Amino acid sequence: MTAQKSAQIDKYTQFVSRGFGKDLAKRLGLPQPAILRRYSPGAPLVEGPVLVVGHTSGADSVASVLLSWGLDVRRHATPKEKLGAIVLVLDELAHPDQLSAPLLVAGASVRDLARNARVVSISREAIASDVPEMAAARNSIDGIVRSLAKELRAGATANGIVLANGTGAADPSPVSAMRFFLSGRSAFVDGQFLRASGEGSTELVDWDRPLKGRVAVVTGAARGIGAAIARTLARDGAQVIVVDVPGAGDHLASVANEIHGTALQLDITVTEAGARILDHATQRYGRLDIVVHNAGITRDKLLANMDASKWDSVIAVNISAQLRMNQAFLASSHFTTHPRIISVASTSGIAGNRGQTNYAASKAGVIGMVRSTAPLLAERGGTVNAVAPGFIETDMTAKIPFATREIARRLNSLQQGGRPSDVAEAIAYFASEASSGVSANVLRICGQNLVGA
Amino acid sequence: MSTPTAENSYTPTVRNAVIVGGNRIPFARSGGAYSHSSNQDMLTAALDGLVARFGLQEAVIGEVAAGAVLKHSRDFNLTREAVLGSALSSQTPAYDLQQACATGMEAVIGLSNKIKLGQIESAIAGGVDSASDAPIAVSEGLRSVLLDLNRAKTVMDKVKIAARIRPKDLSPDAPSTGEPRTGLSMGEHQALTTAQWKISREDQDKLALASHKNLAAAYDRHFFDDLLTPYRGLSRDSNLRADSSMEKLAKLKPAFGRNLGEGATMTAGNSTPLTDGASTVLLASEAWAQAHDLPMLANVVDGEAGAVDFVHGKDGLLMAPAFAVPRLLARNQLTLADIDYFEIHEAFAGTVLSTLAAWEDEEFGKERLGLSGAYGTVDRAKLNVNGSSLAAGHPFAATGGRLVATLAKMLHERGHVDGRPARGIISVCAAGGQGVVALLEAR
Repeated sequence: MTAQKSAQIDKYTQFVSRGFGKDLAKRLGLPQPAILRRYSPGAPLVEGPVLVVGHTSGADSVASVLLSWGLDVRRHATPKEKLGAIVLVLDELAHPDQLSAPLLVAGASVRDLARNARVVSISREAIASDVPEMAAARNSIDGIVRSLAKELRAGATANGIVLANGTGAADPSPVSAMRFFLSGRSAFVDGQFLRASGEGSTELVDWDRPLKGRVAVVTGAARGIGAAIARTLARDGAQVIVVDVPGAGDHLASVANEIHGTALQLDITVTEAGARILDHATQRYGRLDIVVHNAGITRDKLLANMDASKWDSVIAVNISAQLRMNQAFLASSHFTTHPRIISVASTSGIAGNRGQTNYAASKAGVIGMVRSTAPLLAERGGTVNAVAPGFIETDMTAKIPFATREIARRLNSLQQGGRPSDVAEAIAYFASEASSGVSANVLRICGQNLVGA
Repeated sequence: MSTPTAENSYTPTVRNAVIVGGNRIPFARSGGAYSHSSNQDMLTAALDGLVARFGLQEAVIGEVAAGAVLKHSRDFNLTREAVLGSALSSQTPAYDLQQACATGMEAVIGLSNKIKLGQIESAIAGGVDSASDAPIAVSEGLRSVLLDLNRAKTVMDKVKIAARIRPKDLSPDAPSTGEPRTGLSMGEHQALTTAQWKISREDQDKLALASHKNLAAAYDRHFFDDLLTPYRGLSRDSNLRADSSMEKLAKLKPAFGRNLGEGATMTAGNSTPLTDGASTVLLASEAWAQAHDLPMLANVVDGEAGAVDFVHGKDGLLMAPAFAVPRLLARNQLTLADIDYFEIHEAFAGTVLSTLAAWEDEEFGKERLGLSGAYGTVDRAKLNVNGSSLAAGHPFAATGGRLVATLAKMLHERGHVDGRPARGIISVCAAGGQGVVALLEAR
């Protein structure tokens, strides 16, 4: 491990990962966060054999997809042999009584999961027109995956794919979602679901450069999560326009030069922000394919102490600017080839946070915006999704007082904070053309934060 | 044996040189935010911001030319060193040049001419200066002793030579803005010119106030968002006083020409302060700009240098542009009335106003310019409309790049006037009685 990488691991995690610290933590029953497996180009998708549980034709096709990726696929576990992942295919459930058999099979192998292993369920969406027995069975997966995620140890995660009506388990979008969950790209995603419909194509996807030839814009890209998003999109092959306020232009220029992108100093709250981005994108690249709304600010105050400037500035930057820019993008003929919009929401927008009525309003607003923008994007073959980061290790969270930060950091199933790159990987996944059937999702990147789950 | 094949054969026909855009760091009053930044640091930062804005990472640029007025002898290859430290390709050639405060202008004109002749396809012109990190030399006496010591062979010789050192030799020589031939500082020279043209204190203060107000307004409407990249915590020029007023300016005591009595009108408020900063301008052929999907803001139409005999003649030190602009416009069959924007460098408010006064003066027109009457009037509404050096500050060699990029953007935004492309003039005076002016045209 390079010095740079180990510096990203918090000191406590380093301490309890080896030698005396490891013994001590074990004896005292202290949290022992794992050093998570994260994606880097060329890394194996999964480390170890993949057990496919399920006997449906969907399970068979999932197994053959996994085989086509060169993975060691098992339909029956060999006890005591370490597994890299379990894929639980439950796409034909009709009654809760059918859960027992596959779950007990999977359960028998949980102890054999390797460090940083993955459990991925594939099931069907419960909808109002289902008969009650079927809806109960389908919805029960929600409880299973979220509970199992809390039982897993050593960096292992459990997540689920929910198939939309008429979608097969091995259709392109579920396959792309499965690949995301199995890989190190989803390191800090735990106990979460992605809803996938059948659209898209994985045939021509270059999994190492899935965004090759695509033009992306990332707002708030001068530092922190935004800079990580820009780096990740560039690594995956996109040409990236990085945007931030003029005052952050020096950091923005460094990011642009590092990823061979272009820097656009722009206050996104000005009326013509969307037009300025489109002008830049069309002038320099002839098109715009991916928009990442990352720019955001916090102005925390209890509602009782809130003033207009704190409230209004948060709303203006975090949601109103996005709404206005989206209108410009959607009206443009240059934003029409499988366009993607990905907004950065926050777990505060889902669970709420003391002192953040303004921030939570804006982030919950983003989630509302994403859901109602999805049909508009669908008309042109595009998608819109949101990610909701939990505790991410950034310059901003480094300023939180030590004790508060330490609690916030440990209060999730992975017992650690995420990295900016964890948020970026999820965004790159949504941006991929293989994710065409994944829209209106809000994916939490929080290590299964125990608050507001 | 093989013969290298050229990308395009040399055809000595003149073509357009276009201004793609520019980048500078905010200018800082000396002794302020950039106190500990070297010329190389600042020029590299300005280049990197330009690279980031236009996506030129690892690009081989035809040539980069820049310079500094206050320069350490170790910086003999300042521009090339800045290129090597930047995100540009290390295969980009570069050279230093120096024409006092006209350095940046001369870089733009020289490189544009190379582009026009087809010698290069792209270029970056720039300039940088630090009055904070200025070179300090040893005295002439000490220098001569040290050189002799270096040549001495025996210990006795060395002792004898070292014994020549006198206490006064130990005081260092700091650079000054004094003219070697007159011993007068630039401010003292301008004070004479200002008095000669009877420019009032009030008019000078008005020009200074307009500079601050115009620059502040330009910042407020985000005009500089794509012309600047912040540096060392500054995102606006630190000399800018948006809240300046005639009352505040009127309170300042004269700083130059104090022996002129009533004629002492030049203060720290209507003169530029010593400043640190750097600027760059990206120039290209149309073909290169198009091939790289880059914008084209304006053409560099023509340039002209001039000089006056300020030592023996009757012209002021900074009056060369008063002669160069009429020559440049005449050559292009234009008059002052045909120009939509004037960027006249505000070395001192008195410099700008003396130049305008000379052009409006019948005697000057007849006797000095050889015309039948006064040369003409500059419409004040077209003068330095986004502020100039009195507000932004004046890091000597960096001012040309600031002016060119700013005017190019203004012209591009203006587009056409009366069915023809908008035109702008830049005029920059320089030490030694020199001046360099240029004509730009919107695209």
